[in-house]
Amino acid sequence: MTELKNKLTVSASPHVRSKATTQGIMLDVIIALCPALIASGVLFGLRAIAVSAVCVGVCVISEYVARKVMKRSNTIADLSAVVTGLLLAFNLPSGVPLWIAAIGSVAAIVIIKQFFGGIGQNFINPALGARIILLTSFPSEMAKWEAPLSWKTQVVTTASPLASMYNESKQFTTENLPSLTDMLLGNRAGCLGEVCAAALILGGLYLIIRKVISPVIPLTFIGTVGVFMAIKSGFDMTFVLYQLLSGGLLLGAIFMATDYTTSPISFKGKIIYGIGCGLIASLIRCFGNLPEGVSFAIVLMNILVPHIENLTTPKPFGSVKEKKEKKVKEDKAS
Amino acid sequence: MSKIKVSGVLKAVVKVRGGVKVDHHKDTAELEVVRMPVPKKVVLPMQQHIGAPCTPTVKVGDTVAVGQVIGDSDKFVSAPIHASVSGKVTAIGNVTLPNGAVVQGVTIESDGEMRLYEGIEPPKADTLEDFLKAVRASGLVGLGGAGFPTHVKLNVPKDKNVDTLVINAAECEPYITVDYRECMENSWDILSGIHIVKDMLGIKNVVIAVENNKPKAFEMLKKIADSDNMDGDAIKIMALESKYPQGAEKMMVQSATGRKVPPGKLPADVGCVVMNVASVAFLARYIKTGKPLVSRSLTVAGSAIKEPKNIRVPLGTNIGEIIDFCGGFCEEPAKIIAGGPMMGLSIIGTDLPVSKSNNAILALAKGDAAIRKETDCIRCGRCAAACPMSLMPTLIERSMKAGNVEALQKAGIMVCMECGSCSYSCPAKKPLVQTMKAAKAYLREAGAKK
Repeated sequence: MTELKNKLTVSASPHVRSKATTQGIMLDVIIALCPALIASGVLFGLRAIAVSAVCVGVCVISEYVARKVMKRSNTIADLSAVVTGLLLAFNLPSGVPLWIAAIGSVAAIVIIKQFFGGIGQNFINPALGARIILLTSFPSEMAKWEAPLSWKTQVVTTASPLASMYNESKQFTTENLPSLTDMLLGNRAGCLGEVCAAALILGGLYLIIRKVISPVIPLTFIGTVGVFMAIKSGFDMTFVLYQLLSGGLLLGAIFMATDYTTSPISFKGKIIYGIGCGLIASLIRCFGNLPEGVSFAIVLMNILVPHIENLTTPKPFGSVKEKKEKKVKEDKAS
Repeated sequence: MSKIKVSGVLKAVVKVRGGVKVDHHKDTAELEVVRMPVPKKVVLPMQQHIGAPCTPTVKVGDTVAVGQVIGDSDKFVSAPIHASVSGKVTAIGNVTLPNGAVVQGVTIESDGEMRLYEGIEPPKADTLEDFLKAVRASGLVGLGGAGFPTHVKLNVPKDKNVDTLVINAAECEPYITVDYRECMENSWDILSGIHIVKDMLGIKNVVIAVENNKPKAFEMLKKIADSDNMDGDAIKIMALESKYPQGAEKMMVQSATGRKVPPGKLPADVGCVVMNVASVAFLARYIKTGKPLVSRSLTVAGSAIKEPKNIRVPLGTNIGEIIDFCGGFCEEPAKIIAGGPMMGLSIIGTDLPVSKSNNAILALAKGDAAIRKETDCIRCGRCAAACPMSLMPTLIERSMKAGNVEALQKAGIMVCMECGSCSYSCPAKKPLVQTMKAAKAYLREAGAKK
């Protein structure tokens, strides 16, 4: 027998591991974002691809530089910066100046992600945080909605559906709105990644099938908005459908609210979080000054996640409910 | 003896939560258990069970025979150790166990005769008291891997009202196939063992639970139980979803009966006794012959083993010799595990003896043993989803890093059975089980300080 001492690996069990890696998960998210990316290219032209490329590029460089400066390990290989870049780009109008997109990317990675410790530590979604920073810093540039397919014809700026849903007397009207089919395919104004509902749903299904996300958050989020809008409009289903397909709801519910780091882990927590997101988004849309509230809703709920988590931590297997336990204790005491 | 009848095929009562789908690697399943030639010497550690270690009852120079007691303890939670070969005691000194603990060990040089000890005769087991005494004398401990003394398990307090005997043939750990072989080769022993335990403890229901990836074992058990088709109580045979850790005691109880064992409680608290299939089969043979636990079956497998086998060896046989018997290594092993890959212990060398609870020896080649780089937690929640005990390993890790005793207590980590599902599923390759073990020790320490 050959001497094996000091040659064998000794480590804690388990000695087998699943194949899942952070990189693999992020790659799956990138794949899921591809249909929407392609759609944005078709709808908004090369400009959309340029904005995406700038965001992804600057995010990855920021991640690399920030880690280097902070003397931490290089993490660009986990691909999370690419995801952040894509999501940020998806939340920008195609007409946004590229330097603004770059500022947003730096803010997302450096301020929101790395300042708090990097992947897994940020308390709000980096892409959404950056979008809000940009919205408040550059309000006019951030509202440069280009009409889709205008690259074929000429540049036309237009209003997004959420802003043109109501007439002067604040009644819902489809007069100035694209058809529902156009809404589904993305032939409407909006941020470059949020317009094509079909592509987003396709990506969402991919993530659910690959078990990267659970459907709980998207369903409760979108469901809550649907129910809220139905009640508000007296069950006008056209209104509900327009509400669901417009703005960043699908993008937010499928790709941003499900961000692991900033959403609860437990099943109950996910439900509370999803409903909370839906409620806040609906309230902003209906009663706020802004036409769109998905980003703010998600960020607000992000902040509440630690509290939701505290409230919804499941009891260990076989635990008797607290009340019963107290009773048992009292019985024993007496 | 009471009459038992099979009530047919059953699916698991409830699906247990959590768990992970692991590659089974049960390549040795169809290999019959072969006996290894008598080793030249055996080293018998005085601690092969959970509980108090034994003290040697023999001296250097003594001649011993197979089945002779060579170590015992006066503590209740303990099990005597018997000579596994006949020969001469040549040394009593320290031996290192797979977990690194150092205990006393008795070395016996074999005379090759395997002479049986004269005092061996079928034990008296007419009353429960005699039966439990006999079980203790047999040295039997849970053969599934835990090593809990069986006589302690069977000594159920009168107020517990145990009504169900669950026979655990799940064998959910990858690679290991000895319980499966037990079902295939010794099914009649299993049946008579069940009768004995059932009658002695006055238990009504019997469930034999097999994972559904072992259809042959299922058929075999069903056949023997069917042939026992007299009127009376029924043995149920149950197919469980093959999902690790299905064979864990609490999971087993839930799958088989729908009952949940509360934290800090035992299956008996919900009216169940769970026994490993090999343990119950041994019990039947012991009651018939009186030959105590001196050998056991184990699976030798893994990518670095030349000829994987299921073998039966005298306890105390050197692991290196066992590997040599299996053709040695076909490539250089990078990791050798005593037990299964999910909960087994990786050992520092092969110069260790086989103990009662050792159900496998695995040697993994480089590729299978590679430790992948740990990255940061992304809070994906896979660990929480995989935890059969409904814990949140990632949050516990955070509390542990912060040294937050209160949060750790609230998290209920003491129910953690260290099954490894969290570490297995973690995409960041975090050693979560290690953290859980550390957290448990930390809490015990904190509790002791108060």
